[in-house]
Amino acid sequence: MENIIVGKAFVLGDNIDTDQIIPAEHLVYSMDDESEAKMYGKFALSSVPQEKSGLPLGNIPFVADGELVSEYQIIISGSNYGCGSSREHAPYALMKAGAKIIVAESYARIFYRNSVDGGFVVPYECNEKLNDKIKTGDEVKVDIENNTITNITANETYSLNPLGDVLPIVSAGGLFEYARKTGMIE
Amino acid sequence: MGMTITEKILAKSARKETVKPGDNIWLNVDVLMTHDVCGPPTIAIWKKEFGKEAKIWDKDKLVIFPDHYIFTANKHANRNVDILRDFAEEYNVDNYYDVGTARYKGVCHIALAEEGYNIPGTVLIGTDSHTCTSGAFGMFSTGVGNTDAAFILGTGKIWEKVPETMKFTFNGKMPNYLTAKDLILQILGDITTDGATYRAMEFDGEAVFSLSMNERMTLCNMAIEGGGMNGIIPVDEVTEKYIAERSDKTFDKFYSDDDAIYHSKYEYNVEDLVPMVAKPHSPDNKATVREVEGTPITKAYIGSCTGGKISDFRFAAKILQGKKVAVTTFVVPASTEVAKQLSTEMYNGQSLLEIFKSTGAIIAQSSCAACLGGPDDTIGRTVGKDVTISTTNRNFPGRMGSKEADVYLASPLTVAASAVKGVITDPRDVM
Ligand code: SF4
Repeated sequence: MENIIVGKAFVLGDNIDTDQIIPAEHLVYSMDDESEAKMYGKFALSSVPQEKSGLPLGNIPFVADGELVSEYQIIISGSNYGCGSSREHAPYALMKAGAKIIVAESYARIFYRNSVDGGFVVPYECNEKLNDKIKTGDEVKVDIENNTITNITANETYSLNPLGDVLPIVSAGGLFEYARKTGMIE
Repeated sequence: MGMTITEKILAKSARKETVKPGDNIWLNVDVLMTHDVCGPPTIAIWKKEFGKEAKIWDKDKLVIFPDHYIFTANKHANRNVDILRDFAEEYNVDNYYDVGTARYKGVCHIALAEEGYNIPGTVLIGTDSHTCTSGAFGMFSTGVGNTDAAFILGTGKIWEKVPETMKFTFNGKMPNYLTAKDLILQILGDITTDGATYRAMEFDGEAVFSLSMNERMTLCNMAIEGGGMNGIIPVDEVTEKYIAERSDKTFDKFYSDDDAIYHSKYEYNVEDLVPMVAKPHSPDNKATVREVEGTPITKAYIGSCTGGKISDFRFAAKILQGKKVAVTTFVVPASTEVAKQLSTEMYNGQSLLEIFKSTGAIIAQSSCAACLGGPDDTIGRTVGKDVTISTTNRNFPGRMGSKEADVYLASPLTVAASAVKGVITDPRDVM
């Protein structure tokens, strides 16, 4: 995993549930067949109510019409990100759309586990309400070694809560890689 | 130091004397459950990660219920069931309940209970967030994603962080106009959708122990709507009787110690509570039915693992008998066993099925159906600006189909009363 990730921010509110991240009707695509798997990227965050998509202005789709990948790599959100169903398709869809990092005030448990164990996106927590401070489209930099996020556009840096117990899994790139590294499985 | 039931079960599963909240432990899983949406990707990950020689750690502990997208022409959805069928055949998975056969069951969480997989003191992990439903049996049950499930499929193990426990005590005698759904909607409004994140929700009190297993499942089912890791109710005679009818397994009964440490405690007297709804678009958007009564609806839906059990239909039948529904109303028995019970259970000389048919409701086949929207041809799906009142568990935007629809969550009594009037109605007004 890279230690420094730079990209454009996509800002959302609180309680972004898994139906908003990837609506249930799209869960039928195969994740093995690359031509079908791309559809997860295309529909990532497609059910967020329009006025709340891409704050503070809203009405900004995460993935532009007709595209399969997003121009945003870092998602900034409020509390309880990923609440709802257990679908691993949710963090997977974000990864397929090109997202690398999420910074939220808090996460629903299953989404958090899925992000880490699947090695899809890195879920950071931040005690500050960053979705009030960072705007969709701002250029931001996340430093995984030092647990900080810098808004390059506004020249401000905030600290992120260290990944703690899950850092070894995140660093290994997911649960299976971690288990192989530690000799749990071959 | 004392432990809660959840802590005791986790300690046993991790083969430790004691555990405390915050400990990261590896659990030995007793049952892994999956379904048609998450089963195929779980199998794919398992094959990819464990390679050609991939082995199921213990095939008797694997249970597979196709239930989500069943009665649809969608070819991708049908392919998912084909993948499960082929897998079950190739690996000799006996606990596979195939569509189109007499073994087909319907919604996994209800089928787990009916088929005797819910055993107190054990650990059940499912690729479905409502796996917490089984906690009604004094066991630890929780939902995970595909990667965790694939890891279990190969190793029988999963890491978990021991949760703190929140305790919810319901005192008093259940009034006839209240159901478990009203109790959990009350809690969710009080704690909000992340009030129990990474925590266990333990339920007890006279009113809880007066509930049937079906109703207890409704309480635990929606623990996840508060962000809870698991819901749990200690074992009593009601639990033991239900299990004895379905399984000959022996089991450990765990009870929280008097000096167990809780994150928080909530106490309610059910006699002070009233019928509740969750307004659009969140299960914690609490209101009393009185506050929203008169709101016009376009559909009523009685189904799902939350509100499609025989107990839910008994409640609904009490209100619907001899009346006509004023809006399109769907009756979706969660499982094929519930569907059978609809024709055998009698209420005032009529079977529940007759009651629903003569009221004008549409009776659907057992599956998750429109609870999670599903493919376009799913029965009961919301379209356009539908306003649906439903016994299901989630009303996030688009959950039941249309992004523009409004969904109110309520008890089967409230949904039935509203179906008859065409507007949201307090069941006390039609009982
Ligand atoms: S009935 Fe609804 S909540 Fe229950 S398992 Fe099916 S989709 Fe999930």
